[in-house]
Amino acid sequence: MAAVHGDAHGHEHDDHHPSGIMRWITTTNHKDIGTMYLWFSFAMFLTGGTLALGIRAELFQPGIQILQPELFNQFTTLHGLIMVFGAIMPAFVGFANWQVPLMIGAPDMAFARMNNWSFWLLIPAATLLVSSFFVPGGAAAGGWTFYPPLSTQGGLGVDLMIFAVHILGASSIMGSINIITTILNMRAPGMTLMKMPMFVWTWLITAYLLVLVMPVLAGTVTMLLTDRHFGTSFFNAAGGGDPVMFQHIFWFFGHPEVYIMILPSFGIVSEVIPTFSRKPLFGYSSMVYATASIAILSCVVWAHHMFTAGMPTVGQLFFMYATMLIAVPTGVKVFNWTATMWQGSMSFETPMLFAIGFIFLFVIGGFSGVICAIVPIDIQVQDTYYVIAHFHYVLVSGSLFALFAGAYYWIPKWTGRMYNETLGKTHFWLSMFFFNLTFFVQHFLGLAGMPRRIPDYNLQFADFNMISSIGAFGFGLTQLLFLYVMINCIRSGEKAPQKPWDGATTLEWTHLPTPAPYHSFEKPPVIQ
Amino acid sequence: MVNGNSKANVLMMKKLLLFTLIMFVFGYALVPFYEKFCEVTGINNLLKPDVLVKDDNWVDEERWIAVEFDANTRGLPWQFKPLQRSARIHPGEPVTVMYEIANNSEREVIGQAIPSYSPRFLDKHLKKFECFCFTKQVLKPNETRQMPVQFVIEPGLPADINTVTISYTFFELPDGASTIKK
Repeated sequence: MAAVHGDAHGHEHDDHHPSGIMRWITTTNHKDIGTMYLWFSFAMFLTGGTLALGIRAELFQPGIQILQPELFNQFTTLHGLIMVFGAIMPAFVGFANWQVPLMIGAPDMAFARMNNWSFWLLIPAATLLVSSFFVPGGAAAGGWTFYPPLSTQGGLGVDLMIFAVHILGASSIMGSINIITTILNMRAPGMTLMKMPMFVWTWLITAYLLVLVMPVLAGTVTMLLTDRHFGTSFFNAAGGGDPVMFQHIFWFFGHPEVYIMILPSFGIVSEVIPTFSRKPLFGYSSMVYATASIAILSCVVWAHHMFTAGMPTVGQLFFMYATMLIAVPTGVKVFNWTATMWQGSMSFETPMLFAIGFIFLFVIGGFSGVICAIVPIDIQVQDTYYVIAHFHYVLVSGSLFALFAGAYYWIPKWTGRMYNETLGKTHFWLSMFFFNLTFFVQHFLGLAGMPRRIPDYNLQFADFNMISSIGAFGFGLTQLLFLYVMINCIRSGEKAPQKPWDGATTLEWTHLPTPAPYHSFEKPPVIQ
Repeated sequence: MVNGNSKANVLMMKKLLLFTLIMFVFGYALVPFYEKFCEVTGINNLLKPDVLVKDDNWVDEERWIAVEFDANTRGLPWQFKPLQRSARIHPGEPVTVMYEIANNSEREVIGQAIPSYSPRFLDKHLKKFECFCFTKQVLKPNETRQMPVQFVIEPGLPADINTVTISYTFFELPDGASTIKK
């Protein structure tokens, strides 16, 4: 530690911190907070996954066996909310907390106390969401997009959901203010913007998207709340409001939200691919511009979620073409990753496997996205399992696979220990197999017309649903293997060298020992 | 070393908080913007009188359309019905239909009717010159009132549509509420 930053500040900066539970409650250390974010999101991932398994168990056979329709609707709604707001988003914030200061040579996040707040707000929000199952009337059941009139009519569960979204929104906004300030103001000398690692770039753009659209979501749920309890009529047709307007405002948030969940995973993949190809990232500056273009375009495509809600043809055409345009910068990214691997000296450790799996499956999800963007096709497939398959290809094999890649990639730096490579690879191949078993067949179900959010189905859909449910249980159990690999690594993994990946070039590998000391870069490194 | 509480950081936080606040207000500003947008483009023009364009003023006597009238109330103590359940009309022909509302309660009630059409795109071809839905209705205890709707279904209605439904639902407005306009 002293070798790295020269212990000129005396000893108050050393590894002294309160022990036990108080360490975690009062901590302002970005590494502690990052760790808590990651554990929290993994716990939420298992919770949301359990709900998904409930859904798949019910859909194993036609007819109603396990979940009555009302409870089934609560399961689908809370599965979506928990996975989006509780699992994927906090997991990326966890990565940002750990990695952004390490990768730009900053001692910590800009606002350490606020950082602690951002995390601890998540706990009451998650409690509200999960406990809403046990209030009279049950949890919100109108889908994770909570369209009125269902969301203006539901019971106490909807109110709990609204408060949870408020709190989660506040947490995200605070987190992104912290990340933006850290990245813009606290980079090590010599680290110009265009020298920042791609992961930091993608998070900077993501954080801007968050402060752009999260307040709009907060406004939307506030309108919903006042419609429910304070006599306003934003979305209530009876009072002159308009439920379709809710969809416009919601998706003004909702579509950038999709990119909030995928841009940081682009960043992780852009770190992992060059490391294991032992080549610099191909087309770095085009990657930066592509990320920014995706972010800007994501703000003008929202109504492609609403092609059947009623819209003039001109509007449909605009949103269709704007959506298809996003395929261009995304294509640039995929091309650059592929070109990075081209003639590289590649090796296939677990992070690389997940990154390549990400590219392969995310492209499938991207293509089905372009198909959904075509208005006449969308009118056929909207609200079917085709859409479910599409967004699970980009969110599970996209965001989640990238999170796994990042976890395997950085866990040696975080813990000082190596994970078990054989088990890691097993985790990858089982995930790959069961993921496709679960979701690929859902394309066929959707094209054949099976609607989403319905607990029962026609006999013709029985075979594919059974296959999908088997895949889902396999996928779910596989993730317990991930938990085992991580715990095993933390407790008894082999000691990791400072740079276990010989192709890694970013600061945390080149300038810090392994594990990263509790306080790092108190004296900023100098970047040539 | 950059200090966590340096002035630059606090300034940046203030800017970002201000931006957050602006975006929160922007979310609310989307509401009047949406309404204005619908008004200007003529989407969702349900509660305003239409003006008949002279050139379209012809009657397709070859064609018959069955119009069904539907009336509902929600949450207010009124009886509400059309005086005729249906009509057979020619496209382009002006039609007047009477509706009746009756307040069965012992209190004054304010209500306004919101229309709904089937098929959904009927609103593009339905021109209403007069309608009780354009204003709020105030009924004294036990008062009964008959009110007209005057409209034309334009000959441009797609040829495969033979039956359309015009439905109104009365909703109660709070005391002192102004007429809903859209």
